Amino acid sequence: MANLTMIQAITEALDQEMSRDEKVLLFGEDVGKNGGVFRATQGLFDKYGENRVNDTPLAESGIGGMAFGLAVQGFRPVMEIQFFGFIFEVMDSIVGQMARTRYRTSGNLNLPAVIRSPFGGGVHTPEMHADSLEGLMAQSPGLKVVIPSNPHDAKGLLTSAIRDEDPVVFLEHMKLYRSFRDEVPEEQYTVPLGKAAVAKEGSDVTVVAYGYMVREALKAAEKLEKDNLSVEVIDLRTVSPVDYETIIKSVEKTGRMVMVQEAQRQAGVGNTVISEVSQRAILSLEAPINFVSAPDTVYPFGQAENVWLPNAKDITKAIKETTEF
Amino acid sequence: MAKQPVDYGALLSSIEASFPMVQILDKDGNVVNKDIMPDLSDDELVELMRRMVWSRVLHDRSMALARQGRLGFYAPTMGQEASQLASHFAFKKQDWLYPGYRDIPQLIQHGLPVSKAFLWSRGHAEGNNYPEDLHAMAPQIIIGAQYIQAMGNAVGQKFAGKEDEVTFTYTGDGGSSQGDVYEGMNFAGRYKAPIVFFIQNNGYAISTPREKQSSAATLAQKAAAAGIPGVQVDGMDPLAMYAVTKQAREWAAAGNGPVLIETITSRFGPHSTSGDDPTRYREQESFDYWEQRDPLIRFRNYLKEKGLWTDETEEELIEKTKEEIKQAAKEADQAPKMKISDFLKNMHGEPGQNTVDQIKEYEAKESK
Repeated sequence: MANLTMIQAITEALDQEMSRDEKVLLFGEDVGKNGGVFRATQGLFDKYGENRVNDTPLAESGIGGMAFGLAVQGFRPVMEIQFFGFIFEVMDSIVGQMARTRYRTSGNLNLPAVIRSPFGGGVHTPEMHADSLEGLMAQSPGLKVVIPSNPHDAKGLLTSAIRDEDPVVFLEHMKLYRSFRDEVPEEQYTVPLGKAAVAKEGSDVTVVAYGYMVREALKAAEKLEKDNLSVEVIDLRTVSPVDYETIIKSVEKTGRMVMVQEAQRQAGVGNTVISEVSQRAILSLEAPINFVSAPDTVYPFGQAENVWLPNAKDITKAIKETTEF
Repeated sequence: MAKQPVDYGALLSSIEASFPMVQILDKDGNVVNKDIMPDLSDDELVELMRRMVWSRVLHDRSMALARQGRLGFYAPTMGQEASQLASHFAFKKQDWLYPGYRDIPQLIQHGLPVSKAFLWSRGHAEGNNYPEDLHAMAPQIIIGAQYIQAMGNAVGQKFAGKEDEVTFTYTGDGGSSQGDVYEGMNFAGRYKAPIVFFIQNNGYAISTPREKQSSAATLAQKAAAAGIPGVQVDGMDPLAMYAVTKQAREWAAAGNGPVLIETITSRFGPHSTSGDDPTRYREQESFDYWEQRDPLIRFRNYLKEKGLWTDETEEELIEKTKEEIKQAAKEADQAPKMKISDFLKNMHGEPGQNTVDQIKEYEAKESK
């Protein structure tokens, strides 16, 4: 076991999978010598050489097209989009092309590409860098969308993503990159895609979250523990397809649910989760499902981020509303 | 007055002058550039003509089938036979084709059964279910997207150390305005990927004329910005098309990187069979001008002069092709009914929980 940050765990996952499978290629803007603007590919250019870790021209659509063609040629492309706010430039390659390939060819051709990208707010980036656009991806049939909340899961989920036979959008919350360390096994391991985790067991209320909001939900749960409230926190880990079995099982136990997402109320994946739970578990519910999210504005100017982003306080308040209903 | 730092007018003229059009046969089939005549045997010359005539018949029959409601979307190819078939003639079976939606003739010549091409047109999944040894993607619908994918394919061929294997892709004059077309060429140049890019300049993007796409004097010159060679060819001249493409393929296969070929051609008919009326945007003189430059006229004259082609040969071929197409349309009629449960199964290798439920739901409906 090593004590790693999430960015270190990601680098280790890439390194070990590249060494296991020579078909894995990394490319994107500044991922070579510079090791990526967040250093996710640190040291890999020197270790694996230019054919396997390379700097592309600065053009996201071209990067997406390159991943598509490389996958057709039998490679396992892992492309980096430098910031997820730049994803609009490559939407056709990902949603229009990769996501549809298996369907379009009746299963004759699959597209095992990974689209890695930093996302999420709270680190005072310039405009267009910090959006939570995972909902756009999660609503696109044919894609898997994975969002780790800690270093351990990041390594195991990324390894699974690279080995997956279909396109996977792998979103790395920028605030999680270096904010804490975690025990991460040195050997390779996988965390399955499409499976949620119970991050903390509890019996009074279920909080469903993903990405950085799992941290905030855990903080809230810890605080409420002192008030004798037992909060169960579910970490989705994969936001498409969602593991409803784990959520329903928990809601049937607690009878109450709070959905938490960092994205705007109209965005993200919370609405889908709430709709499914309402349909499948309404008779288990003792209170309306609560929903903590950001307001429906454009992602805010840097100096307003702290008041705009949901946090442990908002979650605590929502949990109380739900349990006191 | 001090001297101006740059002579912009002269700069523009010099760019235009760098991209002359390559031609071997003039519109009547006379050889005007003997020095670059490709080395094709008599049999190969006849085979090239046969493919062009075959394509013309495919066009005619497809138009008729579309009128009868037996085809769905169809983009007519009449007029572009040299641009499409003579370029394809220079590639090998192992080369990868990334076509646009008008490039059905090349796809079929590369190995796609005609019945599958018809199924694609009708909107049937089997139309994209390709034989394993067919090195081609289904026709691209998003204009220009094939350029970046083909580039990735060629980068893959290079990384995999494939020898004597290249990628080729087609777009049109409208497509040349897409950012993806530049990105594809620029990446391919940066990776020195083995790929030949075509811009089939047929004068119109649906109704928008070539001159409204760009003030670039040629579309071939767009290659220069990516640092790769670009050349303009008479796209109504099969010998020029073949000679230039063959050289481009050799250049790319030898590790020199990509080439862009702009073919000056014309579609004689509408943009598609979905209600386009070319007389709304095109004068009669334009049709007359281009029909005199029909690639079949000049190649027929050239081959007859050499004693390699007769009207009887052509008649026989036309009848034979019509019969093949009739059979292919019948075969397409036999395609099984599609199932939503199959679509669901083809969304992922391993279906997610919700998809599993939906597969069960649709299988139950479909078994009734």
